Amino acid sequence: MARFQIFVTYKKGIFDPPGATAERALVSLGYDEVSSVKIGKFIQLEVADGTPQERVAEMCGKLLANPVIEDFRIEPVEEA
Amino acid sequence: MRFGVVIFPGSNCEQDVIHAAHILGHEADFVWHGDTDLSGFDAIVLPGGFSYGDYIRCGAVARFSPVMAEVVRFAERGGPVIGICNGFQILTEAHLLPGALLRNRGLKFICRQATLRVEESACQWMDAAPGTLLRIPINHNEGNYICDPDTLARMEASGQIVLRYCESDGSRAEDGSAPNGALDDIAGICNERGNVFGLMPHPERVVDPAVGITDGAVVFTSIARRLAEVG
Repeated sequence: MARFQIFVTYKKGIFDPPGATAERALVSLGYDEVSSVKIGKFIQLEVADGTPQERVAEMCGKLLANPVIEDFRIEPVEEA
Repeated sequence: MRFGVVIFPGSNCEQDVIHAAHILGHEADFVWHGDTDLSGFDAIVLPGGFSYGDYIRCGAVARFSPVMAEVVRFAERGGPVIGICNGFQILTEAHLLPGALLRNRGLKFICRQATLRVEESACQWMDAAPGTLLRIPINHNEGNYICDPDTLARMEASGQIVLRYCESDGSRAEDGSAPNGALDDIAGICNERGNVFGLMPHPERVVDPAVGITDGAVVFTSIARRLAEVG
């Protein structure tokens, strides 16, 4: 079995309401050093051995992310 | 005319649409999400609700229902399709309409009456005069419309912006009048051809005179008039 980690984040310039709210909340808690918070999704995918990363990218473009508003980054997980 | 109202697992406004159609003297029937036959329907409605639990993104799973391939074909042939609330989200996920719907700016689910201004558009589902104000309720968590600046300019130029949120007197608040933070106060848009219409407000809830406001009726009567004209 092969594993991939997928990070889905909003594209640059797309307003992220939960991120902006967390940012304001951290500043109001006294963490004045915070200048930006972006909240996205983290997906762990298990697939058959030998599955090419391009196929995972296809899954992201089709279903797991919306290319209109989101970017995704795929990282293969090396087995220990 | 006969409306087909698609039911996905988690749809919850389909009965309201059927009721609205009946009140206005039209026929309406349910279409199961697994069906692939839309023959016999003059227009297709994707109703509000929480299709597939809104998992992944609102509308992201419903888009791949068997019925949606047929809805896309129906729309491409020029058949009238409307997506209300979750239905609008499904239409953007299916790329029948541009842009996307993000979480409301204030992070709160919003359920209240909204005032909408009718814009000059090519939408077959809206023949009210530009500038007309409609009172139609909104009821959503992800109604914050977004698209890139080029798409917005193109939609503006080709008359695809159908409804904008406004103040009760029709004016625009200084920092925008969209309760959900939608780009340019956009509440409803159509495709270039004008046959596919998506909106966050719920016109079907303000059709029956028993609820006191009937401003939503124009959506259904517009398409009925249009279909009667073109035969």
